[in-house]
This record gives sequence, C-alpha cells and structure tokens, in this order.
Amino acid sequence: MAEHYKPNTYKAWEMTLEERFQEVYPPLAEREAVTEANRCLYCYDAPCMVACPTHIDIPTFIRKISTGNVKGSARTILESNLMGATCSRVCPVQELCEGACVLEHDHKPIMIGRLQRYAMDYATERNIKFFEKGKSNGLKVAVIGGGPAGLSCAGELCKMGFDVTVYEKKKWANGLSTYGIVVFREPVEVALAEAKMIQEMGVQIKTNVTIGKDITLDELVEQNDAVFISVGLGNVPDMSVPGENLAGVMDGLDFIEETKVEKLDSIKFGNRICVIGAGNTAIDCATIARRLGSERVNIIYRRSEAEMPAYHFEYEFALREGVSFMFLTLPVEIVGKDKVEGLKCVRMDLGEPDASGRRSPIPIPGSEFTIPCDMVVKAIGQKKQSQMMTALAKYDVKDIKGYIAVDFATNRTVHPKIFAGGDCIRSHGEASTVMAVQDGKIAAKAIYRQFIGELEDQTEHAKTGCCKEVAGAHAH
Amino acid sequence: MANLEIDFRGIKSPNPFWLASAPPANSAYQVQKAFEQGWGGAVWKTIGAPVLNVCNRYGTIDYKGQKIIGLNNVELISDRPIDLNLKEIAEVKRNFPNHAVVVSVMVESKKETWQETIKRAEETGCDGFELNFGCPHGMSERGMGSAMGQVPEYTCMVTEWVMEAATKPVIVKLTPNITDIVQPARAAVRGGATAISLINTINSIMGVDLDTFELRPNVGGKGGHGGYAGPAVKPIALHLLSAVASDPEVQKAGLAISGMGGIETWQDAVEFMLLGSTSVQVCTAVMHWGFRIVEDMIEGMSNWMDDKGFKSCNDFIGASLPRISNFGDFDLGFQSVAKINHDKCIQCNLCFIACNDAAHQCIDLKDAKLTKEANERLWPVVREVDCVGCALCSTVCPVDDCITMVQIDTGRPHTTWNEIMKSKPEVTQDWHKMEEYRKTANIHVH
Ligand SMILES: Cc1cc2nc3c(=O)[nH]c(=O)nc-3n(C[C@H](O)[C@H](O)[C@H](O)COP(=O)(O)OP(=O)(O)OC[C@H]3O[C@@H](n4cnc5c(N)ncnc54)[C@H](O)[C@@H]3O)c2cc1C
Ligand SMILES: Cc1cc2nc3c(=O)[nH]c(=O)nc-3n(C[C@H](O)[C@H](O)[C@H](O)COP(=O)(O)O)c2cc1C
Ligand code: SF4
Ligand code: SF4
Ligand code: SF4
Repeated sequence: MAEHYKPNTYKAWEMTLEERFQEVYPPLAEREAVTEANRCLYCYDAPCMVACPTHIDIPTFIRKISTGNVKGSARTILESNLMGATCSRVCPVQELCEGACVLEHDHKPIMIGRLQRYAMDYATERNIKFFEKGKSNGLKVAVIGGGPAGLSCAGELCKMGFDVTVYEKKKWANGLSTYGIVVFREPVEVALAEAKMIQEMGVQIKTNVTIGKDITLDELVEQNDAVFISVGLGNVPDMSVPGENLAGVMDGLDFIEETKVEKLDSIKFGNRICVIGAGNTAIDCATIARRLGSERVNIIYRRSEAEMPAYHFEYEFALREGVSFMFLTLPVEIVGKDKVEGLKCVRMDLGEPDASGRRSPIPIPGSEFTIPCDMVVKAIGQKKQSQMMTALAKYDVKDIKGYIAVDFATNRTVHPKIFAGGDCIRSHGEASTVMAVQDGKIAAKAIYRQFIGELEDQTEHAKTGCCKEVAGAHAH
Repeated sequence: MANLEIDFRGIKSPNPFWLASAPPANSAYQVQKAFEQGWGGAVWKTIGAPVLNVCNRYGTIDYKGQKIIGLNNVELISDRPIDLNLKEIAEVKRNFPNHAVVVSVMVESKKETWQETIKRAEETGCDGFELNFGCPHGMSERGMGSAMGQVPEYTCMVTEWVMEAATKPVIVKLTPNITDIVQPARAAVRGGATAISLINTINSIMGVDLDTFELRPNVGGKGGHGGYAGPAVKPIALHLLSAVASDPEVQKAGLAISGMGGIETWQDAVEFMLLGSTSVQVCTAVMHWGFRIVEDMIEGMSNWMDDKGFKSCNDFIGASLPRISNFGDFDLGFQSVAKINHDKCIQCNLCFIACNDAAHQCIDLKDAKLTKEANERLWPVVREVDCVGCALCSTVCPVDDCITMVQIDTGRPHTTWNEIMKSKPEVTQDWHKMEEYRKTANIHVH
C-alpha cells in the first residue's frame, strides 16, 4: 500500500479545539535544530539556494544555527527574504529548496523550512530589529495591497531610502498570510509580526483603505514616483449552478478567514461537508472543517487524482486528516429548500487532452446522484482583480488572462511608473508566497535602478554563480 | 569462531578487552558486572595515598551534535580506603579466577611504601600490577603520577623497587605529557618491568564559558588543567604506541604492551593491536555507554578475525609495525591523483572549494553534460596534470568512494629524502640545485 495511506496518528477526539489549531509541526528544540543543522554539508554554490526563489543563502544560515549564531542566521534569511517567517511555514519546500538538497537522493534532505522557522522564531521572540530605513532619497512609492508581495517590495525600497506607503483594504496587513493560510500552518501572530517589522523599518502602512474606492489609482500614480500593485486575487468565483445562494453555501476563503480571525468555538460548520475543487484552498478548507469537528468531509473534483492541482504532500495530509475524495465528479446543482440539503453531481470520464494538456472531463449521461450534506464550500480558485484591470487600461497596461502583464525581469508594466507583482501577475506557474516576495524584491531593485542607478550589491548573482563555469586558477 | 584469549606476559585473559584503571573499575560491584558482560580484564582504579576529590570533575567536548568526543577529568586516584579496595579485589579474583585483575598503584616516592603496598596487594591473588606514573593532575603536584613518569630516572628507580617486591608481572603506565615517550619506556625496560601501558590522559583545559568566563571543568568557579581522554585522543595514542612498540630496546626486552586512549569500538582495538598492543584498555567509552559495548567489541573483532583467517590474536598483534617509517624514508616517486566518480557525486562542490581555497586550484566546475537535464548543474572535474595528489578533496567529499586517489606513474625516480641527502646533499641545501634536480626528476610544482 502506498506510503501515504499509513494510519492516522492524529487523534482529533483526544485533543481540544485549540490544540487542533496549533501549528501542525512543533518548533524545533535547540538540540534538534543544532543536530539537523550539523547534518547540512555546507555545500558550495549550493543547489538549495539556487532552488529558493528568493535565493536565501541557505548553507550560511544553517551553519550559523550550528555555531549558535542564531541572530546572524535570522539576518542572513531576512536579507534575501523579508517574509522569511511565513515562508518557513508555508513554502512547498519539497518542490523547492529541500527538493534540490544534495541529500535528497540517498538520504533525507535537510529540514530547511523548519530550520528557517527556528531562526525566524528566535528573532521574533527577542524582537530583534535588523533593518532600518536607508538615507532618504526623496522619492515616493505607493504600494497597493499589503500582502507578501507588497510588504516585501515596501521593505526593500525602504532599506534603499524610498518613502513608502502601503495601502491595504483589510483591517490587518499581510494579505493571505494573515487571512488565508490556515492557522495550523501559520498563526496570525506570525503574519502580523512580519507586517510590524516592515512598519518599524519606516514603511507607512495604511489599513482599511481600498484603492478604487477610498483613493483612486490615478491619484496615487500622480502623487508618487512609482506605484507597485500587489492586490493579489479576489474571492472564489461563482460556479453557475442552481442553488448557489442557499444558506450553507460558503466561499472557501471566507471560511478560512473565519478560523483565522474569529474565536474557534463561535464558527458555524456543517456535519457533512462537500468541498468543491482540489487545489490548495480546497485542501485547507477540508482539513480545517475536519479539525473544527465536521464528521464527513468530501472533496469533490471533476478530474482525477493525477490532475489535481494540490501538491502531493497536501493530498497526503488531507488523507491523514480523514478527508475523503470523490474524483471525476462534477457538481451540477446544490439542492435544498432554503438551506443546503445535498449536492447533486454527475460522474465524469476523462477524454482527450485539453489546452492545458490535462485530459478533459466529460459527463457520463444519466449518472446523476446526490450527496446528502448540510454545507457546501466553494474552493475553485480565485477571481481576477477586474476592477484594477479596468483602472489600469487607461495606462495601456494589458492583461494576460486577467492577470496584469509585466516584464518579468523588472516587474514593470508598459507604464514606466507602474510596477506589479504577486498573485495578480502570476499568469502561469504556481502562485506562492515566496514567489510573491521575490516579485516585490525584483520590482524594488528595478525601481532603484530606474530612478537612481546601478545597484552596488549584485549579491544574488555573485552568490549563486550557478550559470557560469568556474575554473580553478593556475597558480605558479 | 576465532580464539580471543591472550597471554599478556603471564597475565591470562579470555579476551584483550580490559577496563582501564578509572571510574568503571572502581569497585567489586562494577568489575564483576563488567566481567559478567564480557570484559576480559580490569585494571583496578588506582589505589594508594589518601585523597579528597572535588565536584564537577569532568568536562567534555561535543562535536556537531555528538556528545563527548573528548573527556577531561580532574579526578584523583581511588578515594575509597585502601583496605576496602584490597578486600574487594580479592573477592573479585576469587569469583573470576580466569579473568585478568590488575592492581594499579600510586604511592608517595618512598621505597618502603611502594614495596609494602605491592606486597599487601599481592595477597589479594591479583594477576599483576600497573604503576600509575601518568596521572597529570592533583597527584603530580604531590610528587606522584606524571611527576614520576616525566623523569625517566624516577621511573626506572621506582620500577626497580617494585620489581624487588613483586612476584607478579608489573606494567608501567606511561604519561603522554612528555616530549619523547621512548625515554620513560626505556627507563621501564631498565627498571626490569614486564610490560608497558599507554597512554594516560593528556594535559588539557576543555573550554571557557562565554557568559561566566569560567573554565571547564568548573570547580566552584575555578578550573585548571586536567587529563584528556576519549575518541579525540586516539590518533595521539596510536602515535605514542607506535613509537614505543617500534623502539628497538623495548622490542629486544620483549615487553608486552597494553594500549589505550580513545578506544570505543572493535575497530579501534584492532588498530591498537596491529601496532603492537597485546591487550587494550577502555575508560571513556564505558563512562559514556556502559559495560554493554563489549559485546559488540568481542563479536566484531572475532568476525573480523574470521574474515581475515586469523585463529588467534597473536596472528595479527604487531602486524603493522613493519610499516612504521619516517618521512626521510618515504618513496618520493610514489604519485597519485584525485579521480572523481561522477556516478556517485552529489554535486555539493565541497571538493571544488577545498582545492580552490586550500590546495592547488585544480578542480574546475564544468558543464560536463553528464545528464539529460537542460539546466544541468556544473560538475567538479579534476585537471589531473595540475593535481599534486595532496588528497584533500578525497577527505572532504561526503560520499564514500566518490573521490579516490589513484596511483599514477610519471617516471619519477623511486628515491627517498635520506638517499638524496647522501647522494646529492647540495640539492637539499640550495634552491637552485633543487630546481635543477626537479627538472631531471620530472617533478613539477605549481
Ligand atoms: C487558501 C490558500 C492557501 C495557500 N497556501 C499557500 C501555501 O501553503 N504556500 C504558499 O506558498 N502559498 C500559498 N497560497 C498562496 C499565497 O498565499 C499567495 O501566493 C500570496 O499570498 C500572494 O501574495 P500577494 O501579496 O500577491 O497577494 P495577497 O496575499 O492576496 O495580498 C493582496 C493584498 O492586497 C489587498 N488588496 C486587494 N485589493 C486591494 C485594493 N483595491 N486596495 C487595497 N488593498 C487591496 C488584499 O486585501 C491583500 O491584503 C495560498 C493561497 C490560498 C488562497
Ligand atoms: C575520570 C577518569 C579517571 C581516571 N583515573 C585514573 C586512575 O586513577 N589511574 C590511572 O592509571 N588512569 C586513570 N585514568 C586514565 C585512564 O585509565 C586511561 O588511561 C585514559 O582515560 C585513556 O583511555 P580512554 O580514552 O579509553 O578513556 C582516568 C581517566 C578518567 C577519564
Ligand atoms: S543542498 Fe542540502 S546539504 Fe547542501 S547546503 Fe543545501 S541544505 Fe545543506
Ligand atoms: S588531491 Fe589535492 S591537488 Fe589534487 S585535486 Fe584533490 S585537493 Fe586538488
Ligand atoms: S565533494 Fe564529492 S560529492 Fe561533493 S562535488 Fe566533490 S566529488 Fe561530488
């Protein structure tokens, strides 16, 4: 039997609600961290570092943990990635750094993510401040959307002496890190501490301000030397099936947000829940439903296991949490009088590959059936930011499938003052926090180069001299 | 199964594994428990002059998360009354007649005291004596221990006193805290000793606390030098053992040697025996893991002997002695270069950075197209003509048998420094002559 079907050792019924929403992985104890750090080979031009989208100097930060210089370790991480605390918890490390670790093949890769979290927690617990605003260069930048992309860009610009203001629609900053990543992956406090760090560096963060409502994009473009747009994506789109407005139908992101900001025992949830979709959001919704106490949670997905967008480790996690999966099943109607009573579905077959290369699902005629349930959670992706797109049209900024079109080397749009990054430009590839952070960095550097000049420190290239051949000198 | 019995110049033992004179051999309870678990012998914790011990006697060095690669102590000889020790030694010997029970002795430097103590100890029925001339702390300040062992004349004198009184074999235990270990070893020979044991512990301070500035071990805020033992001292012990075991005077006198210092496994023990130890002694490893480690030591050694076709320990004791040589006699014509097995290489680039920063800059990182990946990582490739064969890269490589040092022949003459000193002394004194010689000998230094 496949490894991931191994029995569940997590016994929800033996834990309190609060315990079930603690971080899944406990922090590493000092000795554990040092022992693991000592296992790292301290590779030269390390592949883990090349694989990290923000190119954190992983061997160096790990070595510093092993020597007891944990403060220095945290600085090394934050120098490349201001959202190191979130990334250490949410990054799909198997796909990134740990997947590239030289110890991956024969042994066990180094637990890079957990070591990074160890160093980040150390710095946060001691409230260590590493960076401050650079000498003011008199230039003003507005950042729209205070998620990981926006905060990263703002922090990097602030270090370089720009006056930066972040405009954030929500009550709290840090985007999906605050509102969208389930608490047992990342507690809200971690996300808020990260935002606070950026603020304390000297970035102004204005919350409860929606651009397009309270202030217009035009005003910001006019009043600033540059604007960085990092509005992420919107809510879950409609499924366009009958019954979508019944009580008991919920937007998956709203459901997750409740568990992040409300008291856990005040959250309403169904006993038999159908979660529609099979991406990260669906997995998160299904697992929090189980942890809240829901008896039966079904993930309904119209394609098969092989096509599901969730990472394999997420799939395994959901299975261990007791979530069931119904593949090749398409919801066609949410049934019920005034609240959800069931989900009517039709069975599917896989046909020819579609544009995305995945085999497209075809309904099997006459195969309708109804799953009894009292709650339906929609988790079929996120809406594009169409309002922002409309506002940008005036500046000739184009979209790619609803995402803002930029030059990926600089994250600049066709308009010289307007830059963008994060989920709102991720027209292809996986949307992830670490990519959003790197987008912010790329834009910050491009803004500097555009307005001030070449950057002295080309560390990123110097550190990961991955593309050029290196010859040993001939000494005589 | 191979026969592990040894005859240590009259001291018989079911196997070569003895407890060293130290805390694990402190009492009848411990020694009997050790014998039950398989230890072949024990050198009782040193008995002698009255002492008072201090607290926080030990300090250790951990390395990369591994505990105790080295252990230091400021402990003295046995702090139990001598009568009690002698009574328990007799009891152990009665219960274990076939095991080796050796009494370690250290008393003040008076002929009568030594001889009286030896005679009293003989009454226990013990198999022999070990003279502790090595303890480097506490006792040495009182003119005992290493204060004896560091002066060959004293070593010889006390050994003579003991030999007069003893009817059982006498082992002289040497201190490593001396410039030339061969001198006290020869003194033991002159004094008529039956055997030599080495090494006792090495003078050391284990560390300094970065918060309190206190030393380790920390005795109520103060610290001082103590004796260092455990895995970290093994290479030093092997060297001193080889020096003593290959000394012509020691060899001529036919002294047996009991080796110790950092032995933790059967492999360690075999190494000591290959360099001339008949028995081996263990202290720190038992302090760390308990007596139970002996089971693997016995089994491992005997499996190894079976594999090698050795019937008894005598078949291999001293087998590496003929290989002990000196720099002056090394073959200058022996040449090797590093070869990387790219099937095993995990591309950590540690060899590259080591050779580049600390050796001879002859490993390149190259796009060698060894895989089908479009974005292939660069591979380390040795430029063999420039490799000086220092072997650094092969020692840093974390993958077994990935970098091997392969012997090559470039036609260099197979001569030695000593031969050159004789035949062409000018080459060894004048750089110009050396350069000329190198040209004729096909030696290129980058
Ligand atoms: C449920 C879920 C789970 C996820 N899990 C992971 C994971 O495990 N690992 C991982 O790497 N990634 C994960 N992601 C993806 C990750 O959260 C995003 O890629 C990342 O947050 C993108 O950062 P961002 O700054 O581009 O956007 P966001 O985090 O979405 O931030 C955008 C911010 O802009 C604000 N905003 C929007 N419009 C306006 C406006 N008009 N005016 C002012 N402010 C505005 C929003 O309120 C928000 O704060 C997950 C996403 C979801 C939805
Ligand atoms: C705590 C401690 C106490 C020791 N006490 C004695 C002793 O009383 N007499 C003695 O001859 N050697 C003594 N030694 C030295 C050991 O017998 C032995 O020579 C040394 O520890 C090296 O062996 P090892 O590396 O296996 O520990 C002591 C060593 C230690 C660690
Ligand atoms: S690849 Fe693995 S072993 Fe090498 S530096 Fe990175 S984490 Fe350490
Ligand atoms: S043996 Fe020495 S000189 Fe040769 S490649 Fe290795 S490190 Fe370099
Ligand atoms: S040290 Fe060994 S494994 Fe690492 S790159 Fe060199 S040859 Fe390969």
